[in-house]
Order: sequence, then C-alpha cells, then structure tokens
Amino acid sequence: MLAAVVSRLALATRLVYGAAFVISAALLVIVAAHPAGDPGVVSAITLPLGLPWTGARFRLDGLSAFFLVVVNLGGAITSLYGLGYGRHESAPHRVLPFYPAFLAGMNLVVLANDAFSFLLSWEFMSLASWALVMAHHRDEANRRAGYIYLVMASFGTLALLLAFGLLAGPAGTYAFDPMRTAHAGPFAAGAVLVLMLLGAGSKAGLVPLHAWLPLAHPAAPSHVSALMSGIMTKVAVYGFIRVVFDLLGEPAWWSGIAVLLIGGVTAVLGILHALMERDLKRLLAYSTIENIGVIFASLGLALAFKANAMPSAAALALTAALFHVLNHSFFKSLLFFGAGAVSSATGERDMERLGGLIHRLPLTSFVFLVGCVSISALPPFNGFASEWLVFQAILRSPELPQWGLKVIVPAVGGMLALSAALAAACFVKAFGITFLGRARSAVVERAHEVDRWSLAAMAVLAALCLLAGILPGFVIDGLSPVTLSLIGDRMPVQMAQPWLSIVPIAESRSSYNGLLVFVFIAISASLAAFFIHRFASHALRRSIAWGCGYADAVPAAQYTAASFAQPIRRVFGGFAFRARETVEMPVPGALEPARLKVDMHDVAWEIFYQPITGAIDFAAERLNHLQFLTIRRYLTLVFLYLVILLVVLALWP
Amino acid sequence: MAVILELAVQGTQMLSVLLLAPLLIGFVRKVKARLVRRRGPSVIQPYRDLVRLMRKEVVLADNASWLFRVTPYLIFAATWVAAALVPTFATGLEFSWAADLIVIVALLGSARFFQALAGMDVGTSFGGIGASREVMIASLAEPAMLLIVFSLALVAGATQLSTVAAFMGSPAVGLRVSLGMSLIALVMVAIAENARIPVDNPATHLELTMVHEAMILEYSGRHLAMIELATFLKLLLYMSLISCVFLPWGLEVAGAGPKSLAIGAAAYLGELAVLAILLAVFETAVAKMRVFRVPDFLGAALMLALLGTLLLFVSRSL
Repeated sequence: MLAAVVSRLALATRLVYGAAFVISAALLVIVAAHPAGDPGVVSAITLPLGLPWTGARFRLDGLSAFFLVVVNLGGAITSLYGLGYGRHESAPHRVLPFYPAFLAGMNLVVLANDAFSFLLSWEFMSLASWALVMAHHRDEANRRAGYIYLVMASFGTLALLLAFGLLAGPAGTYAFDPMRTAHAGPFAAGAVLVLMLLGAGSKAGLVPLHAWLPLAHPAAPSHVSALMSGIMTKVAVYGFIRVVFDLLGEPAWWSGIAVLLIGGVTAVLGILHALMERDLKRLLAYSTIENIGVIFASLGLALAFKANAMPSAAALALTAALFHVLNHSFFKSLLFFGAGAVSSATGERDMERLGGLIHRLPLTSFVFLVGCVSISALPPFNGFASEWLVFQAILRSPELPQWGLKVIVPAVGGMLALSAALAAACFVKAFGITFLGRARSAVVERAHEVDRWSLAAMAVLAALCLLAGILPGFVIDGLSPVTLSLIGDRMPVQMAQPWLSIVPIAESRSSYNGLLVFVFIAISASLAAFFIHRFASHALRRSIAWGCGYADAVPAAQYTAASFAQPIRRVFGGFAFRARETVEMPVPGALEPARLKVDMHDVAWEIFYQPITGAIDFAAERLNHLQFLTIRRYLTLVFLYLVILLVVLALWP
Repeated sequence: MAVILELAVQGTQMLSVLLLAPLLIGFVRKVKARLVRRRGPSVIQPYRDLVRLMRKEVVLADNASWLFRVTPYLIFAATWVAAALVPTFATGLEFSWAADLIVIVALLGSARFFQALAGMDVGTSFGGIGASREVMIASLAEPAMLLIVFSLALVAGATQLSTVAAFMGSPAVGLRVSLGMSLIALVMVAIAENARIPVDNPATHLELTMVHEAMILEYSGRHLAMIELATFLKLLLYMSLISCVFLPWGLEVAGAGPKSLAIGAAAYLGELAVLAILLAVFETAVAKMRVFRVPDFLGAALMLALLGTLLLFVSRSL
C-alpha cells in the first residue's frame, strides 16, 4: 500500500527496492536462525483472519524453510538489482506497487497451512505477477501474453481447488494437518496427483501446459522475469511437493512413471524450443521449462523409490531435485539479470541485432558467462553438482521391482542426458551470438556498462553459483531436514567426508569433489600459463581475421542465431516442431535472390490449445443467439429449465 | 611415506600422459602414411610441431576478446585433468575419488564449450560453422557417452573408474551382450569426439569440410600449441579409457611392487599401440561422410548405448 502511495515520487524506486531488499534479507536471517536443522521443530500459528471457523493457519517446517530461503534470497538479490535497473523503467508506477506484493504472495504460499490461505496466497501471487507482466501494456504482444497468462493461471487454480477439495474429503476440513492423517483412496489419490500436475505444473511450465510461460516471463521487466522464472516456478514446485509428498500419504508406484515421463519430455522439448529462439529472454524462459523438467523427473524418481520402500534412494532423488531448485534459482536469476543489462544497455532483446558485447560490457559478459557455464551443467559449477546427483539417483533404479519403471527410467535418463547436452549447445548460442563476434547493429556501438547495483547483484549470484558447485556438501547436509520429514531418511552426512567431497552412497561406488576439480583445473591452467610465459615466444601481432583471402567486412556474414541452430533443427526439428525447409531458387539468369523458408510449428499448441479455443469459440457463437430472444422465448427457456431440474430431482435416488 | 609414493605415482601419471600423447598421434600418423605406402614424418614430428608453434609469434584477429586468449589454457587444463583421472597402468590412484566417469565426460564437455565459444569470438563464418557443427555432434555424442557410462556403472555397480576397471579385470564380469554394445558405441563416440574420419578429417585443408579445424582456424603460435596438445591428450584419454575398461589386463593396483608396475606399463603401451594401429587402418579404409550423415552415425551409437542400458535394467546378467 505504501508502495502505491509513493510510487509517483521520484525517490520511489529506491525506496521500494531498498525496503524490499531489507525485508527479504531480514526474513532470510530469521529463517536461517530458525532451528530448522532439527526436523522435529515446527512452528505453527493460527491467525483469526480469512474464513470464519477456519482462520488462517501458517506453519514453518523444514520444507517451508528451504523454500523460504530460495524465495527470500532471490527476492533480496533481485531487489538489489532493481535498485539500479529500476531507474531505466519508463513507467515505475506500474511496477512498484505490485513488486512487493508479488514477493509477499510467494512468501505466504510457502507458509500457508490450510487450503484456503494457500489458494488465496497462490491467487494473490498470480495476480500480482500478472499485473507486472502487463506493466508495458501498450505493446500488443504483452497484452496477448497477459491474457494467456491470466487464463492459464485461473485454470491452474481451478485444478488446485479441485485437488484440495478431494483431499479435504466429505468432512470438509481445510487445514493441512487433518489432510495429512486422512488417507485418500487410490482413485482419489490418483486424481489429486493428476490435478496437482495440472495446477502446479501449469504454473511451473510442464509440457504441454507451458504455452503461457515463454510469452509472459519475458514480457515483464527483467528483474521481474528473473523472479518469475527463478523463484515463482519454484513456488509451484513447492506446491507439488507439499501435496504429493506430504499431504497425500504413500504414493502408488505408477505415480512415479507419470511424473518421470512428463519431466523427461518437458526437459527435451523445453531446451529444443530454447535452441530455436532468437529473443534472448524467450530463450531463457524456454530453458526454465527444461530445468523444471529435470526437477520433476527427479521428483518422479523420488516418488517411485518412496512407493517401493527404498528410503535412501528416495532421499537421494529428492535431494537432487531440491538442490537443482536452489541452483536454478541462482543461475536463472543471474541470466535474466544479464539479459536485462543487455536490454538496458542496447534496448534490444533480439540476438540477431546484437553481437560483440564482450568488448562493450566486459563485466556483464563475464558474469553472464558464469551463468551460462553453470546452467550447461559443466564442472565445477553448481548445475553440474545437482545433475550429477540426478544421474546417481537414476543408477539406483534397477533395484525397482516394477517392469514399467525398469523400462521408463533408462529412457528418461537418456532424455536428461540429451537435454543436458542440448543445454550446453543452447548456451553456446546464447553467449556466442549475443556477446561474441562482431556487432550486428549500431546500437551495440553505443552500449555502456550497466550501473553498480546491477553488477553487484549479478556478481553475488555468480559467486553463489561457484560456491554451491565446489561445496555441494553444505547444501546437501542443509537439505537433510526436508528429506527426513518427507521420506524419513536422509543422504549420508557429507561434511564428515575427507576433503569435502560428496559421496551419495559409498565411496567405491561414486564420489565427486567439486573443490578438488576446481583446484586441479586452476593449478593446471596456471602451470600451463606459467610454462608458456617462461619458455614460449611472447610475440603478438594484431591482424585481420582469415577470410579465404577476401576481406570479409560485413558483420552480416557471421553466423546468426538461426544459422547456428540450423544443424540441430535438421536433426531434431522434424519430430519436435514438424519443421520444413524449402529453398526457392530463381530461374537461371534471373536477378532476384534465392530464398530459404523455414516452417515450424508448436505442436503442443496445435494439438491441445487450438481445439479447445476452437470449441470455446464455437460454443460462444452458438450461445450468442440466446442474448437476442423475445420475452416469450426467455420465459419458455426458464420454464423448460425448471421442468428439467424438477425431473432430475424427482429421479435422483 | 605411502602418501608420498602415491602422490609420486599420480604425478608420474599426469606427466606421462602429457609426454605420451604427442607420441601416440605421431605413431597413428606414421602407420596411416605407411598404409598408403608413403614414408610419412617421423613419430616424434608432433613434438617438433609443438616446439615450433611455441616459438612462433601469435597473430591475433583484430577484434579477438580476452576470452579468445584465455580459452586455450582452459581447454588444456580441463582436458589434462580429465586425462589424468583415467587410470593408465595402475588403478587406485590417490585422487581418483575426486571425480568419476560422469565428471570426466563433463570435463571434456567444458573444454568443448569454451572451444565453441572461442570459435565464435572473432566473428568469421568459419568459426561459426565449426562451432555450430561441433555442438550438433556433441549434442548426440554426449548423451551416448553418458548412456555408456550408465551401462558400465550398472555392470560394475559404480561410476568410479577405478572400481569399474578393477571389476572388469575380475572373473565376475563374464561375457555380456550389453558390454559388447557399449564397446561399439564407445568406439563410435570416440571417433566423433576426436574429430577422426569418417566424422571429421583432422588433416583437411578445405575450410568448408572442417568442423574441429574450423573452430581453431584463427589460433596461432603458443595458443594453437596448447589446443593441439589438448587434442592429442583427448585421443590418449579415449584410448586409455577403452584399454582400462575393455582390455584391463596388466592393470596394477598402485602401491604394488615396481616389477608389476613395469609389467602394467608395458601392457598399457602395447594396448595403446594395438588401438592406434586399428584406428589408422579404420581411417584409411573408410571415407569421410557428409555432415548431415553424422547424426545417423551418432544416432546409431546412442541407440546402441540405450539398448545396452535397457538390457541391464531388464537383467543384471545380460
């Protein structure tokens, strides 16, 4: 409210982001100081708000504490970034009031302990983020994105509402505590799982419910995109874990298959879409879909292990998923901040008009490179540590008894390996086209390094990416209360391992030491540099690049985003996008240029969305006639309706 | 004392892979030359080339950035660390637990990531063409390699390379269909990863047919020397990997007597020579394929690896 009042003042930007930073940091300290290390410690509070007789219940346990850390760490760093970035905002009064509300909404979802306050906070979070997506509402594309987001968000909340209705059962208790003890029947449990996949999955961006995400996330200002992609999708993951692992009781064995398959398909399709993108922020949004796929595949493994009473393996898979949640919140925020820095420096998001920014924005390009390396799952950064844990969890799965799982798990393992390799290709493209090469347009020449607040926020995230990568043992041990409370087991204590390495099962099976790998690389690189500078020639001459003897002056002759992705489009595009390439050659002697046309389809949109929108349009067209009836016809309609109602009531057993 | 000895073995191994790698390339080139009845350069020619490159000046493109100059060291370091983690003639090395097979694959992935970026840094079409094709090849080769790792891990019950090698040397391993599939897939991946014929031609002089060479077209002098050395190391790494996993004879546990270490070293060198001759014969016998046939080739490797893993999920004894 304060934000709404002051948002037209000149100082408002600093005030709001400063306050948001202080509040998030304070919450972070409070959660960190909370004795969440002990799974037995749970703080609960009931406030006399909300529905009469129900009140608003809030609760802080291991799972909430972890996600509060994710939300508030992300919120604090984003506010730090916003202190600098917010000054470039053309309409701050459309962003500032909703920004703290969005943060508050995410905090409340994580803390809620009854269905009513959960749904209310969820909807509050959705609407606040919708308002932020619509901040630049004069742009036609943003209006469309906002509309689709609103429809999908309402659909998701509807699914959640039904899921909680099933969980509450005929007794109709809204609080989570009785839901935990009451066990739903197999059909109800299955329905709840499907509804959670629809509700939380649509917010997280699971295929085929992802259609809104690459439209809405990039439409918001960049720091809000970072919050939506890095943090809000994690709140959706929280909702899924809370209901499926905590409230639903023992899972059925097939629930693992459903989640695994959807996760694997989401990972591959998300990253393939990202590879085809030329808009930097949309590329990042599609890559979020991939990471959500990885997280859900890992959660599916945890479900399968849990259903088969293999608690240590389930703890491993759940730890891997949560670790990836944390890692993704770091590097995706970092990358969106980088994209924001690029767009505030050049005014461009289209990679085909960028290039060579490494010379103009040296610091931004360095931290963006750290983000790219982390998200590509390359050692010694954090993305690799969590993917490594996921692969270790997959290697435990031959012990599963069911044949369905035995066949699905290696296939999903292959999909995850494929998506990791494609992610590296995607971020070679993102960094290479945007920051390397020669400038593709004049805007790049005028670009200047961004302000210190933004740089500080990005540097903090880059440091966190490296730290979580070389010291994964701390994070894994920090996650043990969550797995203890949800599964009843934990991974072995990692801090006790010599040299701070991580050992998920036993040292003879597998171990990884990010710190030592980092130190080895550093030592051998410096050794090589030392010997080269000691013994090799120092001579260096600047010259023009080799172009087969032609002076290749036009930057347009470089590889572009589309041409870089062309080989991969030829390999995977056929089945993923039904991509077709047609070449139009002019007749010999004609002067017009030859043309290459690429025809691509979003298959999910055409299969799932177009029939539904078509049906709604058709129904609306027909029902439209009912608006223009005479009074006699209206009366007949009402009379008929009454008769039908009475007949149904009479026949009802 | 024991720690010092183990550290010495580790250090010796790191140095020996570094010194051995150019010799291996020289030997492959020599055999290839003899097979087409040429005399061929001496086997120590790669050493001479490296020294020559070190002494030359670097010609740097006008708009090359800091990344372009740092990348050779990063590529070299990542490849060297990965190569030093593969047991050559002795298992149970002091730091072998720092990284398992998945990490070794990912370290090579890091090297490739930076190499592709360096290819795009100068902003010529050749760098772009090389980087774009390289990531296409990698996007199929890397998952295939990971699935091979899965198969090996399922057979040996570990992703730790020393444990895998020790298990492969024990009589418990027997004859398995899945291992045969993994071996074929591993050979195909190794050919693609090392840019050998038929995927890529390491000796081509035509820019349009280059993949690996196109990415490093702008490099010269000491930078090129580092990248060449990393390429040599990578070939040695893959050959050592095949030898220690599929031909684990003569592999010794570190700390054994000097005599058995010597036998291990001799067996390792013999295996390398056999693999090098096989590579040379294969490269002479086949022609390079078109770039867009490569996905079929690697897709076959991927499917074989996946089939091997699936078989192991069905039955641990297959």
